[in-house]
Amino acid sequence: MMEKKTLFDKIWDAHVVKSIPKGPDVFFIDKHFIHEVTSPVAFLNLEKRGIGVMFPERTIATPDHNVPTIDQEKTIKDELSRMQVEKLRQNCKNHGIELHDLGTDHHGIVHVIGPELGVTQPGMTIVCGDSHTSTHGAFGTIAFGIGTSEVEMVLATQCIMQAKAKKMRITVDGELGKGVTSKDIILYIISKISASGGTGYFIEYAGSAIRNLSMEARMTICNMSIEMGARGGLIAPDETTFEYLKGKRYSPKGEEWDKAVAHWRTLKTDEGATFDLEYHYDAADIEPMITYGTNPGMGIKVKDQIPTTDGMDVNTKKSYLKSLQYMGFNPGDSMRGKKIDYVFVGSCTNGRIEDIRSVAEFVKGKRKADNITAWIVPGSREVEKKAIEEGLVAILEEAGFKLRQPGCSACLAMNDDKIPSGKYAVSTSNRNFEGRQGPGSRTLLASPLTVAAVAIKGEVTDPRELFEESPVEI
Amino acid sequence: MAYDKFNVLTSTVVPLSEENVDTDQIIPARFLKATERKGFGDNLFRDWRYDSEGNPKKDFVLNDPTYSGKILLAGKNFGSGSSREHAVWAIYDYGFRCVVSSFFADIFKNNCLNIGVLPVTVTPAFAEEMFQEVEKNPKTEVKVDIDAQTITILSTGNSESFDINSYKKENMKNGFDDIDYLLNIQEEIITFAEKT
Ligand code: SF4
Repeated sequence: MMEKKTLFDKIWDAHVVKSIPKGPDVFFIDKHFIHEVTSPVAFLNLEKRGIGVMFPERTIATPDHNVPTIDQEKTIKDELSRMQVEKLRQNCKNHGIELHDLGTDHHGIVHVIGPELGVTQPGMTIVCGDSHTSTHGAFGTIAFGIGTSEVEMVLATQCIMQAKAKKMRITVDGELGKGVTSKDIILYIISKISASGGTGYFIEYAGSAIRNLSMEARMTICNMSIEMGARGGLIAPDETTFEYLKGKRYSPKGEEWDKAVAHWRTLKTDEGATFDLEYHYDAADIEPMITYGTNPGMGIKVKDQIPTTDGMDVNTKKSYLKSLQYMGFNPGDSMRGKKIDYVFVGSCTNGRIEDIRSVAEFVKGKRKADNITAWIVPGSREVEKKAIEEGLVAILEEAGFKLRQPGCSACLAMNDDKIPSGKYAVSTSNRNFEGRQGPGSRTLLASPLTVAAVAIKGEVTDPRELFEESPVEI
Repeated sequence: MAYDKFNVLTSTVVPLSEENVDTDQIIPARFLKATERKGFGDNLFRDWRYDSEGNPKKDFVLNDPTYSGKILLAGKNFGSGSSREHAVWAIYDYGFRCVVSSFFADIFKNNCLNIGVLPVTVTPAFAEEMFQEVEKNPKTEVKVDIDAQTITILSTGNSESFDINSYKKENMKNGFDDIDYLLNIQEEIITFAEKT
């Protein structure tokens, strides 16, 4: 009888160049994404070693992390950021690497443009010096973040050396309620498993609730796998995946397409294959979620209260209270009604066209609250273009939102898009760490719908409350 | 790039008991703009170490002259979040060679091994004992022996063994990195690539 394999096993095993006894595997990488922040030292080290890039056609570059989102067409004002972007340009030129530069048609956040271009395809291994590389797992790939030393390894040899992760499967069955999105699914899962519960694992997401999601929504889920400490997450490719990829710039064409799809159909976990750990959830239990603390595991339903410290051990309690103190919240507080200063729609988690559509649909004909500054930052130029063409930008501007140019922006605040110290932001991004959106900033993570509701009300609000006021179809 | 060889390290310990310390705290994003690996130690734990005017915060352990040493003792789930290797560069450049915790984030641990900082995973009980001993007497020394794979609190003599795969162990002992190995098997990699 043939060995039963999980999807993860199938892809991993097909990419092992060799296994070192009692050591890691030499693991071959199909596609490598680079950006301006984690690549310059890798190129510098290649120079020091006097070696070049082994397969330049397997690497794709874009500047996203530190780029301004206003006046992108002008020279970058911040000197250090400008130098990083210029280094990226120079390195790409010197080594013959495809670059999607600022202002070009496919510029954007690396994890948004990869799928848009059709670079990301089922069965591939993909790495990038960025932990949210896990996003690409939505296409049935093994995709994960690496450090700069590994960026250097991939440039030099197209391989890294890693031990195979353990396998986890998370199954979500059933139907999502109205106003509940894939962001709520993943925030719910992380709140159950904790910010470290996935450490050492690669996660496969399965079940009918996952199957019914669009590619955009699947990417949101895989994106945040790292937020529970997992190396990455993946979803078996299916008709939704093929439909999304068809006709994309780098997707196979003609006969090649048919051959590819036939192969992609085999990429699924065999009946009876085993996982090291399994979790099951019921979609009906999931409701709009929001975080209240300083790691993504600190999430609750919008309608609930912040947990008390009952039953926590000394160290956990100390860290917990420190976190709440940073946020300016108390155990037992209700989340609803907390005053908010900023909303941010963007990032590689929720900066895609579907996200902008859902926000626009929600705020149509309404106006943001006066105390709110509302930023919309498309994940890529393509998203920006579509948002304008579909009239979404007009709706959002009418509602008082400000549109910025594509980039990581306030997700990590390396550029000027910073939430001021002490202010509260409800964000569609993926991290609520201390100072993540600017020194002293306080971040609450939520879905684009919840963020839209907060923008209108000026305080933490369950989006379903606003449906009653003016019903919209979501 | 090559780093100092690691064999036996005997040192006092700097204790940082916070849990879930993410790499955004170890080095905030705004300090990632360098194009060379230089000066990261100055910004290690920047926002915990300095106030917004740049004055050292007295209650943070790196500003407390009582504690010093080459071993950082950390709370559980250390190094979560961003994959930035800059976090480990900052730890190394500051002068630490070893981080001890009962639980490390994955990518962080990998990054440590790639640049010559030894991550030692101990049991929660052993970590707790270390915290207590160091608090009682900040001069407490701890010995980390990579070859024997043991960590010992010298004051109590209590010892525990830790895991490291034998390939990474040899690398750490010799100051080698993975690229040296990969470059040696280039031919094999090219043959493999042709099949894909
Ligand atoms: S949008 Fe945020 S999480 Fe995504 S790649 Fe950029 S900085 Fe990282």
